[in-house]
Amino acid sequence: MIAELGQVFLSLALILSLVLATVPLYGAHQNKPELMRMAHTLVIGHFVFALAAYLALTAAFLNHDFTVAYVATNSNLLLPWFYRVSAVWGGHEGSLLLWILMLAGWMVLVSVFSKNLPRAFVARVLSVMGMIAVGFLLFTLLTSNPFDRLLPGPLDGQDLNPLLQDPGMIFHPPLLYMGYVGFAVAFGFAIAGLLGGRVESQWVKWSRPWTLMAWAFLTVGIALGSWWAYYELGWGGWWFWDPVENASFIPWLIGTALIHSQAVTEKRGAFPAWTVLLAIAAFSMSLLGTFLVRSGVLTSVHAFANDPERGMFILGFMVVVTGGALLLYALRAPRIMTGKGFDFMSKETMLLLNNVFFAVSAAMVLLGTLYPLVIDLMGWGQISVGPPYFGAMFILLMTPVVMLMPLGPFSRWGQDNLWRVMFPMLATLAGALLAALVIVAWLDAWSWRAVTGWMGGLWLIAGSAHFLFDRHRSSRFGVPRHQLGMALAHAGVGVFVIGVAMVESATYERDVRLEPGQTVEVAGLAFTLDEVVSVKGPNWIAEEARFSVRRDGALIEKMTPQKRRYHQSGQTMTQVALRPGLFQDLYVAMGEQMDEQTNAWSMRIHIKPFIRWIWGGALMLAIGATLAASDKRYRLARKQQAAAVDVNAAPSRP
Amino acid sequence: MKLRFLCWAWCVWILSGHVLASAIEPLPFRSELEEIRFKSLAEEIRCTVCQNQSLADSDAPLAQDLRQELFAMIQDGRSDQEIRNFMVERYGDFVLYKPPLASHTLLLWGGPGVLLLIGLVASWRVVRQRRRLLQS
Amino acid sequence: MIRLLTPLVVFIGLIALLIVGMQSAEERKRVDSPLLGRPIPNLELPRLHEPDNKARTDERLGEPWVLNVWGSWCQSCRVEHPYILKLSENAGVPVVGFNWKDERADALRWLRQFGDAWAYHMVDFEGRAAIDLGVYGAPETFLIDHRGIIRHKHIGPIDEQSYADLMVRIGTLRDEASQ
Repeated sequence: MIAELGQVFLSLALILSLVLATVPLYGAHQNKPELMRMAHTLVIGHFVFALAAYLALTAAFLNHDFTVAYVATNSNLLLPWFYRVSAVWGGHEGSLLLWILMLAGWMVLVSVFSKNLPRAFVARVLSVMGMIAVGFLLFTLLTSNPFDRLLPGPLDGQDLNPLLQDPGMIFHPPLLYMGYVGFAVAFGFAIAGLLGGRVESQWVKWSRPWTLMAWAFLTVGIALGSWWAYYELGWGGWWFWDPVENASFIPWLIGTALIHSQAVTEKRGAFPAWTVLLAIAAFSMSLLGTFLVRSGVLTSVHAFANDPERGMFILGFMVVVTGGALLLYALRAPRIMTGKGFDFMSKETMLLLNNVFFAVSAAMVLLGTLYPLVIDLMGWGQISVGPPYFGAMFILLMTPVVMLMPLGPFSRWGQDNLWRVMFPMLATLAGALLAALVIVAWLDAWSWRAVTGWMGGLWLIAGSAHFLFDRHRSSRFGVPRHQLGMALAHAGVGVFVIGVAMVESATYERDVRLEPGQTVEVAGLAFTLDEVVSVKGPNWIAEEARFSVRRDGALIEKMTPQKRRYHQSGQTMTQVALRPGLFQDLYVAMGEQMDEQTNAWSMRIHIKPFIRWIWGGALMLAIGATLAASDKRYRLARKQQAAAVDVNAAPSRP
Repeated sequence: MKLRFLCWAWCVWILSGHVLASAIEPLPFRSELEEIRFKSLAEEIRCTVCQNQSLADSDAPLAQDLRQELFAMIQDGRSDQEIRNFMVERYGDFVLYKPPLASHTLLLWGGPGVLLLIGLVASWRVVRQRRRLLQS
Repeated sequence: MIRLLTPLVVFIGLIALLIVGMQSAEERKRVDSPLLGRPIPNLELPRLHEPDNKARTDERLGEPWVLNVWGSWCQSCRVEHPYILKLSENAGVPVVGFNWKDERADALRWLRQFGDAWAYHMVDFEGRAAIDLGVYGAPETFLIDHRGIIRHKHIGPIDEQSYADLMVRIGTLRDEASQ
């Protein structure tokens, strides 16, 4: 019953989204306020039905309704309730439902927070987003209905993929989708801007906080995925340049370029066409990511079940959305040079360079991801493009970015002088380089990666600190939030760079054979395997190794890696033991039993220096973007806009 | 052991499932250098049966065999390039995560550089145009 | 206008690539062997039934033959087994088994249960010889011509369609050998 209800809710949401995609747009075109005003109601209704459908599926999971095919494949009687709630997005169909719900949520937010913007503009934005909702609802209902029945239903389900039975995995997909879907807002604003032909800097200003928030979500989503892979896959790696990872990284790179180009367009009116193009590209690449993950076109470790029919639907949808948007762009994009002029040394040039490097990086990742496909289709054989390619290229492309980044905030709009910018920074630069050498010497981690990583990272952190210090001294009302956010984000990049350099250059990793009672010495730490015992979980059994870790004879940690076997699927999985630390993680993974008599096991012991800095840096990026998005200049701008409208409206009253 | 074999046959031909365990085996390296070479080679060679994993990360039986072979070759004193050639002769360029520089990979290796050049030249021209605006 | 159209053109190219790529996704899962057109590596391996009597790949020179990689652990090998029977009956060339990463007792039991259609079996329990052949999964089937050159490799279980294809190819090889 509840599944049928869910289906009805989804269909109702589809009808509302169809109306939303057309009527307010027509109203904006014909200048009919009563039609435009409908958008708000429609958006609310659409959200309510999407939420109801989502809750219906959740209820089916909680009630163990295995007559719903999706529940039967992704759940199980023994699965704890919190994983049943998160199992809703554990497979293809349900994750689409989450997509839809989030899109509906973003639309409500846009509708509520844009009360002060021109009505026609908001109506267009919501209509464009409505079109996207139509596409995803059709996709779900036609090819991937999560409410399909399986009659007669099995007595028990097949269980959720064990890899997904993990707290990190509860939050990774929702945050990632929040980012993907959030770019739909920037896309909607850009298309509405093209349709309305308004002065560019205005809509760019309105869309900035939305873009920043979407980018912040995407950042956290990607970081969570990386963190999850680190402890769940048991390899100790944090990024694999897998096609699926690249699929989320490309929109991130383009989004990074977008938030910087928006700054130029808003403040100086320059590059409006480029900003529109980036907004289109960011969302289109999110769609492409969805396609790559679900179509089976590329081989990946963590793809959904492959289905060419679904792939074709997403491609068709992309043709409509992106193709339509690019056509509109070709027809309506501003062709005359707008905005103010600037010189070779100026903030505009700095941001332009940022855009060149980030756009080329995105293109590089896309090229590397699709190149094996091209080669194969041309009949030139089969090749693999993996971490050695992406890693080398990315470092080459990002080195100039790291070198120039601290200078960007100091440079002035329009015209500046390199020496004026550089001179006050020289002491900071020298200090950062010197500190890097001292730290590397102290850590005794001499390698070119560690040295350059510390130099680059400290240069970014020191540069940001210097910037904040300057602003604090020169401003009477404190540093505005958007500058605080930017400095925090730039420093976050520095933290990230240091983390990556240390993990890649100074990781200690060793595979050992251990019998109970034996001890292995690793970098001043003694790992003693006390015993190997069998333990039981709700839906698995496991062999558990119990380690005592001592430094100079004093116990510092008990570690218990496991090798789990899930009842229903029969899959085995390593559950690593971790001791996280600000400066190093201890990481123990259990291998195979090597000898039954002595109960000897193979174990992998890692010591990962500074790995938390990688995710810490990403978190700083996201917090920085959130701070910037919450700056009062965006709220003020809206109020002024509203005031202006009121003033204009006043004389016409009787 | 048998069960994993079964699962593996399934993985290759029927399902696109996951090999969930990771490759952990203590090997008797003679020196740290050998161990480092082993790790870096195992990371740049692709496990052909897997979904997209390197030899270092995969627990598939073929990956285990290839790691043994890799270990034996390192003990034999063969150079990194000899070992890569050994793999390529048997499994093709597909096994290398770092594609060789050849005519058909020219676009791959050169593409980003060319794009960067185009981007920088375009930026230079944009700024030159914009400067005029400044002077007028 | 033309410059503004560039993104659209690039996008259309991308979509075309993805459409073609999706249609060939299944084929691309099979990795072509670089050994095609090259002599089969010289291997000397024990026979399954007579472990002391070694079989060599170069002793088959002079006539085309088929080398079929299988294992008792391999589900798909059971699926293709009827076609192996048909192949050894109808192809008119020896079909040699390559028992890979198995255990002798398991392999013999499997053959008793399903029937032994092969001329004889070479065994590679450690899987080292298989590396020289570029084997990466079971089942795989090689066609070798009378000069000892590997002419074709079929990856995955043999089905109706690939059986017909193999028969045609074997016919060609036999014609070449008799000339």
